[in-house]
Amino acid sequence: MKNSGEEIKKAEMQKVEIIIGKVMQVGVFVAATVMIIGILILFVSGNSGYEGNVHPHDFNSIISGVLSLKSYAIIMSGLFLLILTPVLRVVVSIYAFVVAGDKLYVWITTAVLIILIIAMVIGMYGI
Amino acid sequence: MVQTAFILLLVGIAAGTLGSLLGIGGGMIVTPVLTVFMGLPIQYAIGASIIAVIATSSGATIAYLRDDLINLRVAMFLEIATTVGAISGALIAGIIHPLWLETIFGLFLLYQCFNMVKKLRGKGKKADATNVQPDVLSTQLKLNGSYHDKVTMEKVDYEVTHVKGGFAMMYGAGLASGLLGIGSGVFKVIAMDSIMEMPLKPSSATSNLMMGVTAAASATVYFFNGAIKPEIAAPLAIGILMGAAIGTRIMPRIQSRMLRMIFVPILLIMGIQMFLKGFGVGF
Repeated sequence: MKNSGEEIKKAEMQKVEIIIGKVMQVGVFVAATVMIIGILILFVSGNSGYEGNVHPHDFNSIISGVLSLKSYAIIMSGLFLLILTPVLRVVVSIYAFVVAGDKLYVWITTAVLIILIIAMVIGMYGI
Repeated sequence: MVQTAFILLLVGIAAGTLGSLLGIGGGMIVTPVLTVFMGLPIQYAIGASIIAVIATSSGATIAYLRDDLINLRVAMFLEIATTVGAISGALIAGIIHPLWLETIFGLFLLYQCFNMVKKLRGKGKKADATNVQPDVLSTQLKLNGSYHDKVTMEKVDYEVTHVKGGFAMMYGAGLASGLLGIGSGVFKVIAMDSIMEMPLKPSSATSNLMMGVTAAASATVYFFNGAIKPEIAAPLAIGILMGAAIGTRIMPRIQSRMLRMIFVPILLIMGIQMFLKGFGVGF
């Protein structure tokens, strides 16, 4: 009995892994599309939207740049979405372990998420 | 501008193919190309290679989850060590002289290269460790798993061992990537394959999943301090995603032994690169 129960859980886990893969695929696809749009605008207009070598690298200037369709700002937002894809992976993995009924790993993966968010916040504001 | 982007795309395809195949970041290809051939200042090259790691990781993970090559439990358990390692690396970056570490890590990689050659020569056709005795932790943490081998068309069950050693090595991998911005992948593969004796294919696939998570934290640092240049990083990232699609199609279809043979020269080059950097010779 125990064995077949484990087999079922394993099959379930595999199904969930495929779901994680699909969610990630959407995430990567969106990030890549945004980057490609930005690059195309850059090539067609020949204009980065910014003076000289400057590129926007804080939230406010990226958002305002995207709203005025500046190519560098659009590319930067695509890159930021790409940086978020690993976070997405951890979040969906928590869900996967919830579905698989694996409490231990729900905790372990939640711990990973918390550490990761702390690290990203440290990164955002500098140490 | 268009020409530079095209070259970056090609570099990305090469780095993404090799990186996703072996579970390494591809920084060893990207950084020298950007600094030596394109004359880019080192901080921008590092920013671009961090993006390269994330692109490789995310591109490869999609395929390897589908192919049932990734061990999600091993990934998440060890990710605790790498993320904590990465934070502590970033925190002590100002205190420890990185050159020292580079020499030590370089020597370590050369030693691992020697180990891999020994593994290749020793066992005849079997490229992976056999008869691995799982330790208490690997059973308690349910780390033992299985993967589907497309070459032999069978399900391969495997046990992992030396979990504590692997965990410690992963902390070192995180430390290295936080401190030096390197080794996000290669040390992970070593931790799983050489220390925990997990087969090479799931080791590489699991490393692919992990390295993006480890790199995400340092990527935010570089993103917000301006070291990630859009016109460099984006074409590279697109190329890498394409390369990862290629690499992930190759890896399940070649023999583990072949994969290990590709790994040996990579370890050798990286080891020498790092060792020399420790003496101030960068390339």
